[in-house]
Amino acid sequence: MIKKFVKEALAGKINLVEHTEKALEEAEKINKEYHYITAFADAVNRAKELQEQVKNGTAKGKLFGVLISVKDSICVKDTETTASSAILKGYKPVFNATVIQKCLDEGAIILGKTVMDEFGFGGFSTNVGKGYQKPLNPYDKKRSTGGSSGGAAGLTKKASFPHIALGESTGGSIVNPASFCGVVGICPTYGRVSRYGLIDYGNSLDKVGTLALNTEDAALLLEVISGRDSHDSTTADQPVHNYSETPGAISGLRIGIVKEAYAEGIDNNVRKHVLEAVYKLEQKGARRIEISLPIGMNYGVPTYFTLAPAEASTNLAKYCGIRYGANEQLTGNFNEYFSRVRNNNFGEEAKRRLLLGTFARQAGYRDAFYTKAAKVRTKIIQEYAQAFKQVDVIITPTVAIQAPTFDEVKKLTPLQNFMIDLLTVSPNLAGLPHMTIPVAEANGLPVGMMIIGPQFGEQKIIQVARAHEK
Amino acid sequence: MEITPELVKRVAANARLNLKEDEVKKFAAEMKEILANFEKLSEVNTDGVEPSFHPIPVKNVTREDKPGKCLDREEALSLTPHKKNGYFRGPKTI
Repeated sequence: MIKKFVKEALAGKINLVEHTEKALEEAEKINKEYHYITAFADAVNRAKELQEQVKNGTAKGKLFGVLISVKDSICVKDTETTASSAILKGYKPVFNATVIQKCLDEGAIILGKTVMDEFGFGGFSTNVGKGYQKPLNPYDKKRSTGGSSGGAAGLTKKASFPHIALGESTGGSIVNPASFCGVVGICPTYGRVSRYGLIDYGNSLDKVGTLALNTEDAALLLEVISGRDSHDSTTADQPVHNYSETPGAISGLRIGIVKEAYAEGIDNNVRKHVLEAVYKLEQKGARRIEISLPIGMNYGVPTYFTLAPAEASTNLAKYCGIRYGANEQLTGNFNEYFSRVRNNNFGEEAKRRLLLGTFARQAGYRDAFYTKAAKVRTKIIQEYAQAFKQVDVIITPTVAIQAPTFDEVKKLTPLQNFMIDLLTVSPNLAGLPHMTIPVAEANGLPVGMMIIGPQFGEQKIIQVARAHEK
Repeated sequence: MEITPELVKRVAANARLNLKEDEVKKFAAEMKEILANFEKLSEVNTDGVEPSFHPIPVKNVTREDKPGKCLDREEALSLTPHKKNGYFRGPKTI
């Protein structure tokens, strides 16, 4: 769908200014009702620039004229970027994140910033920062979009204009909301995409990825943003493939079914529809092999929620109300000023994770929590590596349940909140590429299926998704 | 594990959070529940296992020692009212 649009835009068959103005009008209307967008970029001027390029015969790019929305944790020059946190209110970056520059180089138009759980701290987008409105599920406004890339997933579902979204995942923040909103979401291998200009949550876990209405569009944006970046030393020097051209042939492909991921605690509708989708893949020539991942499935959540907050607590130490973002009158000493500005501006979940993370790194507790979790992480990485000797991809439900109502979310304790990430934290801890595709609707809500591949095996998971869509 | 309000206050001071009394009480109770669950990590045998601080092997990456473009002073100071004579202005240290 996007490729067809780009072809027409490059050929001058679309008036990009009119197209963009119309799209903005629609986005504003959606936003009033569903609260997906926190700030709009200067899309119309960019469209004028591109229209000029068509006139001059200099138009080019894989995303020419395509509107890209950006999760609020990714820096866009001169556009307010806050990770949906009050502590960054008013922050307008003076530079573009590498992924944004890459999109612009391919002719994209940045639409604006999408709302998220503050700094990525959540699985329901109900933990938006102070002063932000939580996004509403496109299927049912009483329900959660999932999180933390909730605004990205909701907008992707609702927008009728050609659009792809940039999201970010630390422990499942792309596939979880994509699953609840019935769209495709791809989270690449750790190091596949540059994090330069991404507001950190957990450095060893953060990955920028994509959300779209279909696999080809999500894969197209992924191939644009992938690759080594001299600004991010953790990016891998691995070849970037044309992911959007991956064929959907799966004859002989070995699919691992994790037995713990279909056990008690998984909603019946979710289990049934994912297994039906696997059966259809078998009909197309794939082989199904049952596997077990006991460490990842039993210990993934405590491992993740020890390591990720520990990293977050150091990353968020820089927000002190001096250089950018929220600030107050300079009264009291350093510690008093910082502690006051931070406590006044961080939301409840941010404080909870800062406390947990600071505690886990503190002398006396460090060995039992932080270092122990880092060792269990090694075992989870090894467990997956072992599994991928037997299978090509692994399939599980994306989330154990369908999108819950806000009332249901409110009743969860913090620990129960963490458990929502049960199926997604382990592939994230192991840095594995994973994606979700909608496979069915039950009770009027979508069901997502997660496909996990070995490190840098993006093509394998896309291949399976394409086979399903065929 | 005993998570007392005093411990939460100490952790909060390290995290530079000026928590209010009711917040301290609430977080103490929640942390108790969360950390009790996390203690199950001790069930995993990790004898002789090295910790992973990255999911993929990360080696030291260096670049040519050539100066590049930096953020200029005006840009760096453009986002705050707390500045004076070309420097950031902070609260008093003593």
